Amino acid sequence: MITYIEQLKKVWAVCKKDMRIYFLKAPVLIFGVLFPIFLFMAFGIGRKISAPELLPGLISMALFFTAAAVVPLIAPWETRTRTLERLVSSPVLISTIVLGDITASFIFGLIVAFIPVIVGIAIGVSIKAVYFFIPGIIVASFCFSSLGSLMSTPPADTPSNINMITTVVKFPLVFISGIFMPVKDLPLWGRVLSYISPLTYLTDLVRYCINGENYFYIWIDFIALLIFSLFFYILAVKLHQRNIPRRI
Amino acid sequence: MNSIEVKNLTKRFGNVTAVDSISFEVKKGEFFGFLGPNGAGKTTTIRMLTGIIGKDDGSINIMGFEMGRQTLAAKGLMGIIPEVSNAYNDLTGWNNMMFQGELYGLDRKKRHALSEGLLKDFELYGRKDQLVKFYSKGMKQRLIICMALLNQPEIMFLDEPTSGLDVQSTFLIREKITSINAAGTTIFLTTHNMEEANQLCERIAIINRGKIAAIDTPENLKLTIRELQSVLVAFDMNIEKDYLSVLPGVSSVRKAGDKFQLYTKDPGGLVFYLIDFAREKKLKILTIRTETPTLEDVFLSLIGEKED
Repeated sequence: MITYIEQLKKVWAVCKKDMRIYFLKAPVLIFGVLFPIFLFMAFGIGRKISAPELLPGLISMALFFTAAAVVPLIAPWETRTRTLERLVSSPVLISTIVLGDITASFIFGLIVAFIPVIVGIAIGVSIKAVYFFIPGIIVASFCFSSLGSLMSTPPADTPSNINMITTVVKFPLVFISGIFMPVKDLPLWGRVLSYISPLTYLTDLVRYCINGENYFYIWIDFIALLIFSLFFYILAVKLHQRNIPRRI
Repeated sequence: MNSIEVKNLTKRFGNVTAVDSISFEVKKGEFFGFLGPNGAGKTTTIRMLTGIIGKDDGSINIMGFEMGRQTLAAKGLMGIIPEVSNAYNDLTGWNNMMFQGELYGLDRKKRHALSEGLLKDFELYGRKDQLVKFYSKGMKQRLIICMALLNQPEIMFLDEPTSGLDVQSTFLIREKITSINAAGTTIFLTTHNMEEANQLCERIAIINRGKIAAIDTPENLKLTIRELQSVLVAFDMNIEKDYLSVLPGVSSVRKAGDKFQLYTKDPGGLVFYLIDFAREKKLKILTIRTETPTLEDVFLSLIGEKED
């Protein structure tokens, strides 16, 4: 028991280190805020869509792109600088290191996700179901951070190689997750594909919280996000345990 | 009590056996050297000992903790100094120390007190709030040593700790390592610097092609290649080296400036023959001394044998 408490303290130590080194940097923050806005504007401008219709997609994308943006680069970067070797040689479990990285990304994702929320509230959009919205954002931030950690498991020491993997995974997910078009309006094959994307469930949940519209039951959105979170985290830990000795 | 016990340790990478069933012990408080050419298996061995990579066969016991079953407990007793600084360049020296302390479970008060003491001891305290990326190579290496000492380790693993450092940093680091060892900490040192190993280590293991080629004290290792022992002699007059090569026990003679180096398995006995020879030839001996092979000679001899 004491060992687990000690490991949790070390999770927080890894998280603080990641925050200082990787997250709280001006370019990262600017990227986290601006990139989803620009991407959304590219699809939103010129179409007659109201702010309440725009906001669920914007919040979901902001969270998705920020929570899964930096964490995939930590392992290859630390492989290259050999700091990963320092971490692994200390009395810390690999699952602790992974959870520390995910926690940093989780906090960063939460902070950035609330920027469009604040902007939305400022322009008059209200969140009707806050009691679903906040837990939903928390679970989704953990889920996307775990996905980010999973994408960093290939034993590469070049961040750009991992970046390619994340791009290949992240962009298709955006297009099949009901962000630009609600799931109910997608063709059958699109709806089937959307079920395998965790982003679908967050978008559905946020859309319900703002507009009262949902495709899935809200409990299904939560269960799906929790299952995806556990699956991504466990798989990330297993693959890191297998690959870290190879990448050092 | 042994600090490290290694039995039949083996590591394979695909079809290549990087470490091939090696066994050795390191006593508590011992200064132990681990030498070998590039690719011999040194790094793989040290990575298995420090729990960075797993073993395929055999066992590693660190201060009574079995690596594999009690890895975290074993790691908690170690301090590791790698060849290349692996402090976080984007953190300050102080924040690196704090992070290291947290990884080893030290409470805040202890982290602060020990870090302050160590950084002062290694002349880094004045630069503690500077990012490590602005440190010189010597400063980075000193910081790494401070970080490795923070958990007050029972065993320290040092991988080429003075490689590429300036004379001042090298001297400081050697001095500190020696005093750490004198205080009772076991030292496991890998180095390419034979003179460093000769000066610092109580025992040395030489690894080649994944196997232990020899393990003994530096002086005993030198004695293992007895044919490289010699007597260096200089006379007041020049003589033909053929006179010397026929002396009993001399295997070969090399002229070195105004001196002769006579190789023999029995340098002590040869000294008496040389004195008799000088008396007989009415020569005055200007210099005479026995010379043992250097550790480098031993290393090259052992590695050479294996290559053959």
